[in-house]
Amino acid sequence: MGSRASSLLREEDIEEIKKETGFSHSQITRLYSRFHSLDKGENGALSREDFQRIPELAINPLGDRIINAFFPEGEDQVNFRGFMRTLAHFRPVEDNEKNKDPSAGEPLNSRNNKLLFAFRLYDLDRDDKISRDELLQVLRMMVGVNISDEQLGSIADRTIQEADTNGDMCISFSEFIKVLEKVDVEQKMSIRFLH
Amino acid sequence: RGFAGAVVYVWLSVVLGLIVLPAMFGVSLGFTDLYVKALVKTLEWATLRIQRGQKEEDAVPAHLPNGIIEKDDGSMEEEIGELRRSHPKSLAGGDFTLCDAFYFCKKGIESIVEDQVTQRFTSEELASWNLLTRTNNNFHYISVRVTIIWGLGVFIRYCILLPLRVTLAVLGLSWLVIGTTLVGLLPHSNVKTWISDLIHVTCYRICARALSARIRYHNKENHPKKGGICVANHTSPIDIVILANDGCYAMVGQIHGGLMGVIQRSMVRSCPHVWFERSEMKDRHAVAKRLKDHVADKTKQPILIFPEGTCINNTSVMMFKKGSFDIGATIYPVAIKYDPQFGDAFWNSGKYNMVSYLLRMMTSWAIVCNVWYLPPMSLQDGEDAVHFANRVKSAIARQGGLVDLFWDGGLKREKVKESYKEEQQKMYSSMIVGQD
Repeated sequence: MGSRASSLLREEDIEEIKKETGFSHSQITRLYSRFHSLDKGENGALSREDFQRIPELAINPLGDRIINAFFPEGEDQVNFRGFMRTLAHFRPVEDNEKNKDPSAGEPLNSRNNKLLFAFRLYDLDRDDKISRDELLQVLRMMVGVNISDEQLGSIADRTIQEADTNGDMCISFSEFIKVLEKVDVEQKMSIRFLH
Repeated sequence: RGFAGAVVYVWLSVVLGLIVLPAMFGVSLGFTDLYVKALVKTLEWATLRIQRGQKEEDAVPAHLPNGIIEKDDGSMEEEIGELRRSHPKSLAGGDFTLCDAFYFCKKGIESIVEDQVTQRFTSEELASWNLLTRTNNNFHYISVRVTIIWGLGVFIRYCILLPLRVTLAVLGLSWLVIGTTLVGLLPHSNVKTWISDLIHVTCYRICARALSARIRYHNKENHPKKGGICVANHTSPIDIVILANDGCYAMVGQIHGGLMGVIQRSMVRSCPHVWFERSEMKDRHAVAKRLKDHVADKTKQPILIFPEGTCINNTSVMMFKKGSFDIGATIYPVAIKYDPQFGDAFWNSGKYNMVSYLLRMMTSWAIVCNVWYLPPMSLQDGEDAVHFANRVKSAIARQGGLVDLFWDGGLKREKVKESYKEEQQKMYSSMIVGQD
C-alpha cells in the first residue's frame, strides 16, 4: 500500500466523489489506496498496463473489454475520478436511493446504467448497436479456440434473432434491456462493498 | 583523542561482553524479552489513545484489515447457471445468453478492486499503528502524547539501536568470514565439521541480536535431519538468520558478486553449501543433480530451500516450484510467521535494495517471529512432484495461518501464463456446448 496515499486526496475531492458516485467516505479512501497501489508509475493515473498487471483480470476472458470500459473514447489514462465513476456502476442498489433529489439525474448504479455497462462490453465500436460481427468477436473472446466458427456463427444468429424486434439484424440498447428484463441485474452486476 | 578512544573501548566491551559473548553461547540475558514486553505495553497504550482520538473525530474506523469487498464463492457453473435461470433454455446448437457476460464482468471488476495476488508483493497493512513513520498510512496526528512517544521512538531507534545493531552485524559477519576461512585451512575431519557448525551458529546468533530478533521455535522434535531438504515460506533474506539460529543448514543459491559473494565463498570453505553460477541455475537437470548428490551424502547438513523462489509478504504462501520435490529426499516443512506489529520483515525487492532493506530492518522495533517445524513428508505412491509440492505448501500455510494460493510468486515481475485464461475459456465453452 502506498504510504500516506490517503493524504494526497483532499477532503473536497472526497465530497465531490461522494455526491457523484454515492460511495461512503471510508470506501473512497480505501479505493484510493487501491488506485494508488495499482498506479506503478505514480503519476496519478492508471494506464491499461496497470490493469493488466492484475493476474485475475489478465486471465478473465473479457478482461480487455472490462479494462476498456474505464477509458473514455481515445484516451489512455484514467484518473481517480474516472476510476470511481466506473466502479460506481457496481454499487448495490439501495432503497434510500429513491429518496434522493430527483433532479440529480439517474444514479450511476441504477439498473439501466448497469445494463448499459454490460451493453457496452459487446458494443465494440460504441455505435449503440451490437452487430453480428461484434457479437461474434466477443463470443470468441469468451470461448477461445474451443468452439468452431460455424457453431459460434449459429449461436450469434440465434441470439440476434431472439432479441431483434425491429429487423435491423442488430441489437439496440432497448432490445437488449427487453431480452434481459427477467434477469436479476441488480444483484448480478453489483459488488458488496464493506462499510 | 584519548577520550574518543576510551569511548570506543567501553562501547566495544559492553557490546562484546553483554551481547556478543552470551549470544555465541546461546545464553539470553533477557534484554530482548524485557524490551519486547516494554514495546508491547507502549504499543497497546498508543493504540488506545489513537482509537480514542478517532472516536472524537469521526465515527468511521480508519482501517479495515478484512478487505474492501465481500465476494461470492460460487463456481462458474453455479453463477452462470443462476444468471440463465430466467432465460428459456435453448438446446439446439449451444446454450448462450447475453447475460453470461455479467459473470465475467463482475469477476473482473471484483479483481480490480481487490485481488489475491498483487497485495502479496507489498507490505501487510497493520490494524493499528505501531509508531513507525513508514507504516503511517491513515493514522494522522492524534495527540501530543502519542507524538512525543513517536519522537522518542525515533531517537531510540536511530541513535541508540541502529549503531548498536550495525556494530553487531559487522562483528557477526566478520566473525563468519574470518572464522570460516580459518577453518577451511583445517583438513577434513569431524573436528572441522564441529568447529564449522559452531562458527556458523554463533554468527547467526550475533546477527539475530543485530535485529533484536525474538524467535520462538515450536515442535523441535521435527527438526530437519541430515540427508533431507528443509522447505520454508520466504519473506526475506532474514529467514536464513531465523532458521539457522537453531541448527546448521546447507544453503542453496546463486553466487553473487560484492560483499555477498565474499561471504558465500568463505562459507563454502568450511562446509559444503550449494552455490550456483547464474548460468547453471537455468539448467534444471544440473541443479537437480547437485541437490541429489548433496542429499545422498549423509554427512552433509540438510539443504535449506525456499520453493516460492521469491519474497512474499508473509500473509500467504504462493506456488512452490517443483524442483526440490522431485529429488526423492525427505522434506522437512517449516512455517515462519513474523509479527508485523514490531517490524515489517518483508523485502520488497522492487522498492528497496538490500542495503536500504537492512537499514529499515535495523531501525524497526524488533523482529518477532514464530517458527514451526512440521513432521517430515515424502512423495507418496502415484503422486507427482507438483501434487507433493502443493501438499507441503498447504501444510505450511495451515500451520502459519497463511492464505494458500496457487498463484506463482514470479507474477511479481512476470505476466501470468496464457494457459490460465485458456482454462477459463474451456470451462465456459463446456457450458455452451455441454461436456464432450
